[in-house]
Amino acid sequence: MRSTKAIVLFSASFLLLACGLVLTAAAQESAPAPTVPSEGPVRWFDLQRLNIAIVVAVFFILVLVFIRQAAKGASFFIRKIAGLDAIEEAIGRATEMGKPVLYVPGIDDVNNIQTIYSMVILGNVAKLVARYETPLIVPVCRAFVVPLAEETVKQGYLDAGHPEAYNPNNIRYLSDEQFAFTAGVDGIMLREKPAANLFLGSFFAESLVLAETGFSTGAIQIAGTANIHQLPFFVVACDYTLIGEEFFAATAYLSREAKLVGTLRGSDWMKIILIAAIVTGAVLETFGVTAFTRWFTVQ
Amino acid sequence: MEKFDRRYIFLAILLLVLVPLLFPLGLPIRVSHEVQSAYDAVARVPDGSKVYFAADYDPATMPELHPMALAALDQLFSKNCKVIGACLWPACPPLLEDAFRRIGEERYGKKYGVDFVNLGYKPGNEVAIVSVGRSIRATFPTDFYGTPIDSIEVMKGVDSITGLAILVNISAGYPGTKEWVQQVQSRYHIELVAGCTAVSTPEYYPYFQSGQLVGLIGGMAGAAEYEKLVKRPGTASRGMDAQSLGHLALIAFIVLGNVVYFTSKKKTP
Amino acid sequence: MKKEIPLLITAIFGSFMIVDYFVPHPAVSLVGETLQQWAIIVISFSYVLGVANIARINGQKISKRSKDWPFAVPLLIGLAFMLGAGIFGGIGEGTLFNDFFLYAYTPMSGTMFSLLAFFIASAAFRSFRVRTVEAGLLAAAAIIVMLGRVPVGAEIWDKLPAVSDWINNVPQMAAKRAIMIGASLGAISTGLKVILGLERNYLGGE
Repeated sequence: MRSTKAIVLFSASFLLLACGLVLTAAAQESAPAPTVPSEGPVRWFDLQRLNIAIVVAVFFILVLVFIRQAAKGASFFIRKIAGLDAIEEAIGRATEMGKPVLYVPGIDDVNNIQTIYSMVILGNVAKLVARYETPLIVPVCRAFVVPLAEETVKQGYLDAGHPEAYNPNNIRYLSDEQFAFTAGVDGIMLREKPAANLFLGSFFAESLVLAETGFSTGAIQIAGTANIHQLPFFVVACDYTLIGEEFFAATAYLSREAKLVGTLRGSDWMKIILIAAIVTGAVLETFGVTAFTRWFTVQ
Repeated sequence: MEKFDRRYIFLAILLLVLVPLLFPLGLPIRVSHEVQSAYDAVARVPDGSKVYFAADYDPATMPELHPMALAALDQLFSKNCKVIGACLWPACPPLLEDAFRRIGEERYGKKYGVDFVNLGYKPGNEVAIVSVGRSIRATFPTDFYGTPIDSIEVMKGVDSITGLAILVNISAGYPGTKEWVQQVQSRYHIELVAGCTAVSTPEYYPYFQSGQLVGLIGGMAGAAEYEKLVKRPGTASRGMDAQSLGHLALIAFIVLGNVVYFTSKKKTP
Repeated sequence: MKKEIPLLITAIFGSFMIVDYFVPHPAVSLVGETLQQWAIIVISFSYVLGVANIARINGQKISKRSKDWPFAVPLLIGLAFMLGAGIFGGIGEGTLFNDFFLYAYTPMSGTMFSLLAFFIASAAFRSFRVRTVEAGLLAAAAIIVMLGRVPVGAEIWDKLPAVSDWINNVPQMAAKRAIMIGASLGAISTGLKVILGLERNYLGGE
């Protein structure tokens, strides 16, 4: 039954795609044809990108192998991430003080991986605040993120067994404009004085403005972003900071779901391979052997 | 330490930044290797070539990035290059228009549509960048004012980005330089000169070192260096005195903060 | 079905865009280009959604007299004004829209960004403590780079810009590269999980 459904869906999707392409091609008849560089006979694979294909394939295989191992019951170690452990502590503090928790999921759109990850962490935070019956305020910078945040928080409250406590007015779409959004969040922090501020997602120049304003209100602050140019500002102004891929490890860390932990393991092994490649390349370059390094050049 | 009113710090910063703007110190500006490389890369472009000018910033970052945009356009128009400008940030097209007017029209007497064009804003981030790389025409069927680009002289014969001499990108963040390197420079190997905010500059050093960027203009300091090279000092050059004193103030605060910390630590064992 | 269709769309289109990078065949490029055009169109709709959301949320705030409702009034007035000015008056130089953009929005935006200068100073005073040897090295590097990047540094010591450049080009770049590689691997693995349907949280609740 399931496989029949999958086949029907698969076929329907291709039919839809084919119709769309036909319609688009018909509309483009009078438009100039797109330029496709013609460099001799038509090729089905760009050999100049073979090195990238191999590296990506190795990475994908590693991830899939470790996911399979994890699904079979293998246990993989994840080191302690203080920032993620501190989330529950921060929510507990807000509950004791009778103040809300502020969760800012970054300023980027839903197509950014960091926003997707932020939604995962938001789901876990929503479960916790629902359990403690603490208000959760989620200011949002992009329209497409609003329904995602609403669904995520609602589900969190549902999972915690307190669906009646969910308040849709606490998911607040402020503005698409970076600093208009920042001004709005600062206003929320100064007026409603949340006891815990969680800045988890994609941030840019507004990071220090948000973190310093939050500090001035006395809130405990946990931040995490993969935008490395903003990390110094968060490290300086926040109590805990998730650096780079600690943020991406959050889903595996919080849920301990086998498939997610397996992915983390695959990433770690890929890093080991890359480190070995870097060391090998550096040694060979020192002795004048450049072929190994040149193989990694993007053509 | 916690009780120290930080408004005194704000006041000190305000005075140290404001005074040199009103009474310039005239400190000499040293040109860095990265900015010199950017200038040399643009200088190598044959006169009269068509170039792509990707303006990806907004009014918030105007003080840092608009001066370098003006200086880059100054150098391009001095070589009679035809500039095709476009934006991936929604608030940028009027700023690009301002830059074209001030440098192209008023300084060099260039004509819209003949010597330069503003294609306006296109949403989509990386998708728009990949689309530009493939076909500028397909991505921008009209310019900022809604004129079909087939009727714009400077766009005649222009389609893929590979047909252009160089890509100059002024970027405030995302989407910006990193995405242009990843999606366009790595596929089509067009020469890419980037200007960015000071806080983002360290992130792009690896791309400059690997040759994916042929020049890197970082922050207001980089803009001031570029203004020196094109021999047109502007707001960035005027701002360097203020930035110098601002940095000295920051260092003083760090030292003062540590002095207070260690002396109070001694008093309370 | 509510989740299966989006997962299937993600899997097909995500996989295709990876294939598009490696296969230069014109048929694949044509499909890839079409998909990109579709994506740009869909993303454009987010602005329509954004305006509708702003109007809905703030309109409700005013009608229900919720907390801070007076702030919603100038917001909606500003939104309607700029929309109207742009649509009916044009957006070129000399128009009302352009004047408000250059003389109201631009200075306000720049002012918010300039707050960073003050906040950096107060954060540096409050948080930069040389408690360990590593913190001391960090402070020394920060001072050298801050001075090396501005004209006054060369006036203090003419070798300072060169030392600052070395710090930027060697240890800083090495650390930056390492973090970039780690973050990139994290992003690639997340992309893989999303394409394979292992990561489904972006679809919302059950």
